[in-house]
Order: sequence, then structure tokens, then C-alpha cells
Amino acid sequence: MIHQYKLNGYNIVLDPASGSVHSVDDLAYDIIELFPDHKREEITALMLEKYGSDSEITEQEIIDCIDDVEELKAQGKLFSEDKYENIAFDFKKRNTVVKALCLHIAHTCNLNCEYCFASQGKYHGERALMSFEVGKRAIDFLIENSGSRVNLEVDFFGGEPLMNFDVVKQIVAYARSIEKQHNKNFRFTLTTNGMLVDDDVIEFANKECHNVVLSLDGRKEVHDRLRKTINGKGSYDIIVPKFQDFVKKRGNRGYYVRGTFTHNNTDFTNDIFHMADLGFTELSMEPVVCDPSDPYALTYDDLPVLFEQYEILAKDMLRREKEGKPITFYHYMIDLTAGPCIYKRVSGCGSGTEYMAVTPWGELFPCHQFVGEPKYSLGNIFDGVTNTEVQNEFKLCNAYAREDCKDCWAKLYCSGGCAANSYHATGSVTGVYKYGCELFKKRIECAIMMKVAQSEEQ
Amino acid sequence: MKRIKTIETRDLKKTVKTGGCGECQTSCQSACKTSCGVANQQCEKCSEK
Repeated sequence: MIHQYKLNGYNIVLDPASGSVHSVDDLAYDIIELFPDHKREEITALMLEKYGSDSEITEQEIIDCIDDVEELKAQGKLFSEDKYENIAFDFKKRNTVVKALCLHIAHTCNLNCEYCFASQGKYHGERALMSFEVGKRAIDFLIENSGSRVNLEVDFFGGEPLMNFDVVKQIVAYARSIEKQHNKNFRFTLTTNGMLVDDDVIEFANKECHNVVLSLDGRKEVHDRLRKTINGKGSYDIIVPKFQDFVKKRGNRGYYVRGTFTHNNTDFTNDIFHMADLGFTELSMEPVVCDPSDPYALTYDDLPVLFEQYEILAKDMLRREKEGKPITFYHYMIDLTAGPCIYKRVSGCGSGTEYMAVTPWGELFPCHQFVGEPKYSLGNIFDGVTNTEVQNEFKLCNAYAREDCKDCWAKLYCSGGCAANSYHATGSVTGVYKYGCELFKKRIECAIMMKVAQSEEQ
Repeated sequence: MKRIKTIETRDLKKTVKTGGCGECQTSCQSACKTSCGVANQQCEKCSEK
């Protein structure tokens, strides 16, 4: 299977099974399209018919190009066969280790964002703060279940984790105090809405956190429309100066300014550009996850607009790069030479097996998006995973688990997609959230186009 | 090749033998949190080199 598309003046051909990417001219593009179902002579005749008036394209040129396509096929870089399904089968029996926990430090929030998937931090339950005892046990649980893996990730999440900042600091101090004796290296991430960011938080995060995720939706009117304080006022003016200070003091440490776009701002590229105008360069902007009946839910009519927006973004990022002022967009980060191996691509995000969320009470869920769904409770950090039936369901969540994905070119880029998105859209973690697929495929096309453009520049 | 330029990529087929160390980041951990994929993950072993 191959995938070919035209974007920003480039003709691009992907060979998903090998990971190969080719940039081709019009003739080669047409030949590759005809190649699987036509004989050489038929392709030659059809190409002569199409390009006959072009003096530069002779019969010999066409034959040479067909030879090149055959050579790439022989090299395993075009039309290569997907033989990885047996790896997916082996994955059922694999022993997985836990390598990341999302700690729900605070099931409460000091903002009242209308679209919050965590229902204003409460995850459809009671307000609560995680105690140090629970956090400490979560760190022990992670070490005990991480096997020989060295790098362990812990995300402080909520609600708003800074509403329980003292416990965050205590947990980090505890983890640091024992990591060396266990041959582990903790990487902490703090996700915050910014309301409580101050010098103390900045100093702590810049010392201890591998990454910080700062929530900002973009333009003031867009941000304030849905990200409101408890009193119903917009939060933009409060958080933006704090984030600017935070990022300035962060130096070269990792961060993302992360936004959510909705039906209200399908021109979300303007929000990304606004973030750049504010001085932020590491950016992420996610489609809203909500019930289709919500007034801000994205619609199928929005799709062509969103596709265009992703293209505008990719082209503008290339322009900024040329001008020496690059920005990073999370979904366009794609490393073609040092990206994930086939095991990672088949096995997916690791939710429910390698990655789990911990509630303030120590209950385990497959990921933060399943918290509050009683049937997806996996167990707890004291007794471990006891609901092995649900865990096995997640073990089987992989690039080959869904019939709809079998013929999709993108499955080794998305691994079958987000289980939570699938569940919320279809009622099953192995369902397919088709809307998300459309956006994902467009983003990958744009990301790879940028790589092609960059290689042409060299 | 005159009409086809192949971009340098990691050969996925070779990683059947060399991959699977499991040291890479879990996909949703860094920035998306709501729509994860694996394509933009980095190989921990490759980035160490």
C-alpha cells in the first residue's frame, strides 16, 4: 500500500510499511499511481497520451522512470508489504512495564472552562486533593512496576495541579530522594492553567520539570469565551503575563503553550499565530473533545475549513523558518530519521498498560480521559491492577486491532488512534473516531510536506 | 533518479530487529492529552546517539 498526495506544490508518495517518503515530479506521480494495476506497456502508452505534447518527456524518459519505480520496489521503498501484523499478535502476550503516570493532584479547578473534558476538574465526581501519602505510594508503585526502564515520566495534572502545589513539591522531593538507588530518572511535567503561577512555581518548575504545559487558547476573545474564572470573567489578562515570564525564565527547557480549538474558532491558525506574537515558540493546538451536541463541538461542515487551516499553518511555519523565526507545532514534529520504531508504532500510546492515571484517592485508570468512568477502573496503587480484563482490552489496542484501519495508510503513524476518543465516539476503545482520523491524516500530510520542503531547500 | 527524490527516513522493517527497547516516552504525556498519535514521538535510543 502506498499513499500519494499533492500539497504546496509538492507531489509526495509515502510507503507506510517501510516509512519511506518520496518527492516526485508529475510524470513519476502518475506512473506510481498506475503501477500496481497496469503493465509497463500500458503505463507507457497512457503516459505518452498524457504527456505527448511535452517535448521533454520521451518514450525513453517514461521507460526510465518505470525502471526507477521498479528499482525502489525491489529496494523495499515502494509498494512494500505490511508484514507487521504478527508483531501485533505477539503484543497480546507481551509483558508490559509501567513507565508513566498521570497524577491527578487536584480534582478541582480555579477556572470554569465550559468545554473541560474533566467537568471543571471534578471528573464527574467530588472535589478532592491528592495527599502526599497517595502521591508517595504512586511513585513507589511506578518504580515497582517499571522493570528495568530507566526514564519514568510523571505528569502533574488536574483539575489545576497548582491548587495542591505543596504536595507536588513533596512528591518530587520524595522521587528525587530515591531515584538513584533504584537506577531511575524521573521526568516531571506540570500542566497548568496559569492562574497560580508565581516566582516560586517558576523556580520550582524550571529546576525540576522536564516539561511544562501551559494552557492558552490563543486570541483574547477566543480564550476568554470559554476559559473563564469562577466569577465568569475571562482569564487571558491574568495568565498571559505569567506565562510570558515563565517561558522567558525557562531558558532552553521544554515547554508547550497548548490550546484547544472549537467550532467557535475554526480559524485556529490565527490563535497559533497570536501565541507566536506573544513570544511563545513551542505550540500545541488540539481539537476540542466533547459531545457532538455541545454548541462548540466541531462539525463535519468544519472539516474543509480545518484542512485549509492546517495547510496555512504548515506553509507559514516554513516561511517563518526561512526568516529565522521558527515556531514548533506539536503535531508537525516528525522526525523521519529518528522517529519511533515499529514496535512503538504498532503498540500505540500505552494507555492502560505503560501509562495510567491516578486519582486523588489512588485509583488507577487507563488514562486521564477515562477517569470518572467506573467500568474502566483498573485497580489502585495499593493493590495494583486488579481489573485485568480491562487491561487486556487495552493491551489489544494497537494498529491492527480495528477492521477499519486495515487499509488505512496512516495506521503506523497513529497506531489506530486514541482509545479515549474511540470510546467516546463509538462506545468501544477499539472503535474508530472517524472525525479524528480525518484531522490526523491531514496533519501528517502537512508534517511530511514540511519535511519534503525542507529537504528541497538543502 | 531523475524524477524521484527519496527523503532519508528510518527503515521501519529494520527496526523489527533493532527496536522495542521501550525507553521512549508514552505518547500522550507531553502536550496533546486529547488526540494522541505516535508519529511525532522520538526514539530514545536514536536521540542519545
